[in-house]
Amino acid sequence: MLGLGKKDIALFMIVALLTLLAPFILNPFPEGSELAQFNAGYPDLMQRFVIFGIFAIGFNILFGLTGYLSFGHAAFLGVGSYAAIWMMKLLTMNVIPAIIMAVIVAGLFSVLVGYISLRRSGIYFAILTLAFAQMSYALAYSVLTPITGGETGLQPKVSDPRLFDGALAEGATPQANLFGLDMGASYEMAVGNWLFTFNAGYYVAAAVMLASFYVAIRIFRSPFGIMLRAVKSNQQRMNYTGLNSKPYTLAAFVISGMYAGLAGGLMVAMDTQVGPERMFWTASGEVVLMTILGGAGTLIGPVLGAGMIKYMENIVSKINSDILHTWFAFLPDGLEDVLVAMVYPFVGKGWHLTLGIVFMLVVIFLPGGLVEGGQRIMNLFRRKKRAGDDSTPAPKSHPAE
Amino acid sequence: MDAILLQILNGLDKGSAYALIALGLTLIFGTLGVVNFAHGALFMIGAFCAVTLQRFLSLSFETVDPTQTDFLGNPLKVKTPYVEHWFGPEIGGAIIDWSVPLAILVAIPVMVAVGFIMERGLIKHFYRRPHADQILVTFGLAIVLQEIIKYFYGANPIPTPAPDMFAGSLDFGALVGMAENSIIYPYWRLVYFAFAAVIIGSVFAFLQFTTFGMVVRAGMADRETVGLLGINIDKRFTIMFGIAAAVAGLAGVMYTPINAPNYHMGMDFLVLSFVVVVVGGMGSLPGAVLAGFLLGILESFASMKEVIDLIPGINQIIIYLVAIIILLTRPRGLMGRKGVMEE
Repeated sequence: MLGLGKKDIALFMIVALLTLLAPFILNPFPEGSELAQFNAGYPDLMQRFVIFGIFAIGFNILFGLTGYLSFGHAAFLGVGSYAAIWMMKLLTMNVIPAIIMAVIVAGLFSVLVGYISLRRSGIYFAILTLAFAQMSYALAYSVLTPITGGETGLQPKVSDPRLFDGALAEGATPQANLFGLDMGASYEMAVGNWLFTFNAGYYVAAAVMLASFYVAIRIFRSPFGIMLRAVKSNQQRMNYTGLNSKPYTLAAFVISGMYAGLAGGLMVAMDTQVGPERMFWTASGEVVLMTILGGAGTLIGPVLGAGMIKYMENIVSKINSDILHTWFAFLPDGLEDVLVAMVYPFVGKGWHLTLGIVFMLVVIFLPGGLVEGGQRIMNLFRRKKRAGDDSTPAPKSHPAE
Repeated sequence: MDAILLQILNGLDKGSAYALIALGLTLIFGTLGVVNFAHGALFMIGAFCAVTLQRFLSLSFETVDPTQTDFLGNPLKVKTPYVEHWFGPEIGGAIIDWSVPLAILVAIPVMVAVGFIMERGLIKHFYRRPHADQILVTFGLAIVLQEIIKYFYGANPIPTPAPDMFAGSLDFGALVGMAENSIIYPYWRLVYFAFAAVIIGSVFAFLQFTTFGMVVRAGMADRETVGLLGINIDKRFTIMFGIAAAVAGLAGVMYTPINAPNYHMGMDFLVLSFVVVVVGGMGSLPGAVLAGFLLGILESFASMKEVIDLIPGINQIIIYLVAIIILLTRPRGLMGRKGVMEE
């Protein structure tokens, strides 16, 4: 079905189910309860989950398959965002042209950057992409202010031309919509103590995410994807067989750039504003963290990583010392204070510290990220089941160099 | 003429910082073959050594001075730093005043220790992993170090003044026979440049003229053979890592009066320092120093008003632009050796 294998169908269905039911799944705690702050089921955060999921899926097509580590991917996200906001300013507040334009412009930009950067590999490639991204950031911040709005960024205004939309009433704020469906529109459903929010913008973003996840599966399973893996395992040998790998790596680079542009366009569609800080190199570093954390080279890993980082950024960062005190209140006073003092640096404003430590642990012990961790645990269980029949792993074969 | 001279001087202090960090990066890469993304964090830790020492020296106790009263008529509480109490106001005041240079003495052992722990505890296990893994794990380490500093010192920059003696500016123009006040240059920047020159000179002298340095250079050229000759090259490389960390730390200590240190200063410098290393050529020590000064001076030239009028925004992107051009036309960088990470 759909050109997917059985396992992929199952994976895709699970992801689809999870994204569609996310408003339920992410809201497990009733309103007003002590744990309600761990609910991630509000539209803003759910949108971020899927948008950064798309960004990370795209980054993974480059890094996970070809092994080229780009430290400048946020530039494509930023360029896509700017393109989208200009579509909203000039044509219409409908998100479709904005998103399409974001993908196209980011794709063109990544052709340019990729063509130049891919002439080198390894650390040089990382530095080249970083240099391009930092240049875009600096230019968006300063010289290109007429196009980018400089430090303040851009928002659609009532006075913008907008060829296809009717004139807005004075004082009204232009709302992003999909053929009239307002992106900010939400339907709230109260079940007992629970409050579930179904947001139009989230479902649009989720649909796009599922589509791009599907494309990513197809790329992973295609001969093209196998070629990209071959680049990762040994580019030199590929070159010796007389095959020019450049078109393949460039294609992968452009595809991942377009994914970044798509994410940028969606960000604008959900929240109609752009600023240059979106292109700063820390943003590029963040997508690297997401992909590695979840598992580079796996299908679902980047999405998991993106979700985990965004969850930490929005939920863990809100835990302050008062909340910690209520958690540990059952302990004797002295012990409570000690525990709070020990935990406090790792939550709240210090969530980056936890992120850094987790990231280091993953790189050191689990090069395959969370996905590999999950697989190892699964294997552990399976082995226990099969206790008795001694399964010796087949000896690894090493190809002759 | 004076404008050009002024820009060269302006470029020197930033260039010195680039050169010092790039020198350390190259030492680590040349010896251990590890790409250290946490090197900027080492620079930052050095800077916070200075902050810590200054705070430590200014620790004071309160006494009630009956001869003075505050505006409410109560006896005035006077804070006296312990140092002044012990050594008398003059010597004590001088010690507090000179806390930044004094921090060098503290920073050397601290940084060498940090370097040792980093190398033995973490980097050692990454010799044989791909460069991408090394970049990632040191990137993670940089985040951790930077967050630890943020936890203890807060997110705001902490002003750390230089000794009063160097507070003013030098009328450099008058010194070289031009009109007075044509070139004004702060003393501390001169000190920083001289300091950087001394450090760079001593690192090179150490590598060039000592037996230890000779062995290290031999190890950089061919690690395996040196190991086969029965020399414990790993131990020497670990020591070089400590030295590289100390160089970065000292660069940070002395940089505090120029820019008030904050927790992300390391990352800001790291990105540029990597560009510097790559421009100079991976693994080439003179290349790193040359590229550091060159890019520092280029940056300050690009921020001249005339240049900005000609090409707007050039001051923001010049370093990256140069890096891209050099990487594409001279893959080995300015002075890179053949065969070192050319792919």
